[in-house]
Amino acid sequence: MARRTQPVILRFAGLTALLLVLGFTLGTAGALFLAAEPGRGLARSDWSALRFTLVQASLSAVISVVVAVPLARALVRQSFPGRSLVLTLLGAPFLLPVIVAVLGLLAVWGRSGLVSTGLLAIGAERIDIYGLWGVVLAHVFFNLPLVTRILVQGWMAIPAEQFKLAEQLQFSPADMFRHLEMQMLRQSLPGAFTLVFLLCMTSFAVALALGGGPRATTLELAIYQALRFDFDLAHAAMLAGVQFGLCCLVAAVAMFLSLGVDFGAGLGGPVRHKSLRSSQTLMDRTLIVAAVAFLGLPLLMVVVRGITGLIADLPDGMGPATLRSLGVALISALVSLGFALVLAAWLDRLRGPRRWGAEVIGYLGIAASPFVMGTGLFILLNPVISPFSVSLPVTAAVNAVISLPFSLRVLLPAFAQLRQSHGRLGDSLGMSGWSRFRLISWPVLRRPAGFATGLAAALSMGDLGVIALFAPTRGETLPLYIYSLMGAYRMEAAAGAALVLLVSSLALFWLFDRGGRLNAAV
Amino acid sequence: MRPIPLCAVALSSLLALPALAAGTPKLTVYTYDSFVAEWGPGPQVEKAFEAVCACDLELIGVEDGAALLSRVRLEGARTEADIVLGIDTTLIEAAKATDLFVPHGLETPELTLPVDWVDETFLPYDWGYFAFVYDKTRLSEVPGSFEALIASDTSIVIQDPRSSTPGLGLLMWLKAVYGDEAAAKWAALAPQVVTVTKGWSEAYGMFLEGEADMVLSYTTSPAYHLIAEEDDSKAAAEFSDGHYMQIEVAGKLASTDQPELADQFLAFMLSAEFQSIIPTTNWMYPANLDPDALPEGFDTLITPETALHFSPQDAEAVKAAALQEWLDALSQ
Repeated sequence: MARRTQPVILRFAGLTALLLVLGFTLGTAGALFLAAEPGRGLARSDWSALRFTLVQASLSAVISVVVAVPLARALVRQSFPGRSLVLTLLGAPFLLPVIVAVLGLLAVWGRSGLVSTGLLAIGAERIDIYGLWGVVLAHVFFNLPLVTRILVQGWMAIPAEQFKLAEQLQFSPADMFRHLEMQMLRQSLPGAFTLVFLLCMTSFAVALALGGGPRATTLELAIYQALRFDFDLAHAAMLAGVQFGLCCLVAAVAMFLSLGVDFGAGLGGPVRHKSLRSSQTLMDRTLIVAAVAFLGLPLLMVVVRGITGLIADLPDGMGPATLRSLGVALISALVSLGFALVLAAWLDRLRGPRRWGAEVIGYLGIAASPFVMGTGLFILLNPVISPFSVSLPVTAAVNAVISLPFSLRVLLPAFAQLRQSHGRLGDSLGMSGWSRFRLISWPVLRRPAGFATGLAAALSMGDLGVIALFAPTRGETLPLYIYSLMGAYRMEAAAGAALVLLVSSLALFWLFDRGGRLNAAV
Repeated sequence: MRPIPLCAVALSSLLALPALAAGTPKLTVYTYDSFVAEWGPGPQVEKAFEAVCACDLELIGVEDGAALLSRVRLEGARTEADIVLGIDTTLIEAAKATDLFVPHGLETPELTLPVDWVDETFLPYDWGYFAFVYDKTRLSEVPGSFEALIASDTSIVIQDPRSSTPGLGLLMWLKAVYGDEAAAKWAALAPQVVTVTKGWSEAYGMFLEGEADMVLSYTTSPAYHLIAEEDDSKAAAEFSDGHYMQIEVAGKLASTDQPELADQFLAFMLSAEFQSIIPTTNWMYPANLDPDALPEGFDTLITPETALHFSPQDAEAVKAAALQEWLDALSQ
């Protein structure tokens, strides 16, 4: 009986979550559209922005995914000291404020960076990364680690028994790949690709800083221009609509390509690969070293600069800004977790077009322009309540909506696995409700849930899109604080604050991720 | 006693509800972020004005000038703001077109601006010259005009006029110097533009990292390095074409519930007390302060012979076309 009522509650909660996403994304764009007279259509510059957006997002996503597959596999099957540290560090590039990451990247790849200095020393030409490739380089830097982490989760989800069985059956690596890993990849990759594609599509400051000029313009800049330069709300809404349309298209194609996989049940033990050839090991290690260098060097520059900055110039406002950011991030992360668990549990029970539709809507958060979302919410809230007074709930809710696609990506496969492996057990024991969740679901979900919550916390820690419109005087978060320091020539102090942001976001991410993994691999 | 949870601290500070002192009238001023920063003019201005006004001055920071204007537009007559401080002359016409502002009604004193100021709605509080800033230890051949810059191989980093005030200022600068030939000059300058950033901070940071020989900033930028960091290696290149000016202004909103207090603030804004706070907090020239009263270090800055400036009407008239020219030239 209890089992019959549960889906009703779930359906209600899931629908509410979905409606919230719709309200925050399409709803805010709609508010903008209605607030103004519909104006001009897409201009020539909008079309070229659209073209550049598509090219750079596709390239960035393809490269990130292609490199992430062997990298994730290497990380899963090699054990080495510091492996856990590398896994945590994979969260770092993603959560750096763009401006800080860009300066870190330039310290390595810029005209006066390490690479150019080295090239000049051996008599070669310095490299010039500005342009399409600079943008792609930065996007791969941000997203390669993210895809790798998602794929590592995917690999972990293949029961260790399957690998043992394959070994006993003397599968060649190619067989292993075809029968086990390929299946997992077909399940995870389309979603991961979609995430990166959409992230790159809405990227704005990166494209501007490294693109070399207005030919490297993304749709997001066109939206910004419409809102700030032309104050053409309807045009901004239309561009946002184009962005949503593209998002739905990409997400739908990805879902069409992705595959439901049933690996059967396992005991959840760790995977041990025994029969790796030394050539494979060598390749894996080379790849890991290269990836650590690619991701680690710019981070190292950020850290070195940050330490110098902290010693030289420590502004008073940094402590409060850090606390405020941590508070916002914690609340957002928990809201986001609740949100994602409910939605994933509900989605897992849906089939066919309804499942597709709902999942595509779940992705919209990432395609939403923070400017449109912020402005739309402002228009909706302003007649009712002072936007300043609701800055925290708004920020938490917006962050939850934005991080939802990430959480869904990680939680949905876990729910599918849960249903296949433990569903019948729960049914036969007649368990339902809270005790079923606590005893059966949670032990399986906690690892992906920890990862997802960590991501959400880190994401909102670095966020400055929406809060900018709502944050009142001196209520600024750490990322905003970094920008104000830089705006006041205080680059050293800004570098110090960036290090504090990096360390505290990583710590948050690590706490949740670790919390999820703790005792989970029993 | 229970320890207060972290999130509660964050919550209370985020909400940061203004203290409701009984009977004290409150004046709300919207301005840009850097004005209210702990190192900006805000804290000192607040203290000084509250000492004379018997009121609560609330300064609210909203990103930058463009964001400021779009915010009051969005809020309309419902805005809590009494005064908007921090838009510049390129935004004045758009601001007036909203009908949200009312004439200040003050007699404008003789200002220390290089150009005459006549505007019944907006009053200037500071100004600066745009300039290309370079590092004396890195750049030896400093161009002295746009012609020389184009003829040289000096690399520059600039800001996007669609998202940044200095970026828009450079657009106006070339337009003021070259008029109809500006598009051709942009095309000639394009190969030297390393990149175009979203805001001033990105560009300036990249310049300090050595990504370009010069960065578009202000003639007052070297004063920061000299006074705050005791570093005299930065300088602004003086162009014989003249330098375009940015003038930052404030205006009173029609919806204000504190019109007298708002007038008092605008008058205070032009007083020596307010004006002397500006140079070393906002790093701009005060609009109404004897040059002799400027802090030590400002005397080392270049003083362009020709000040270039479009009236708000002219700026509004050339803006869209100049942007299109710029887009076309740099998109090649």
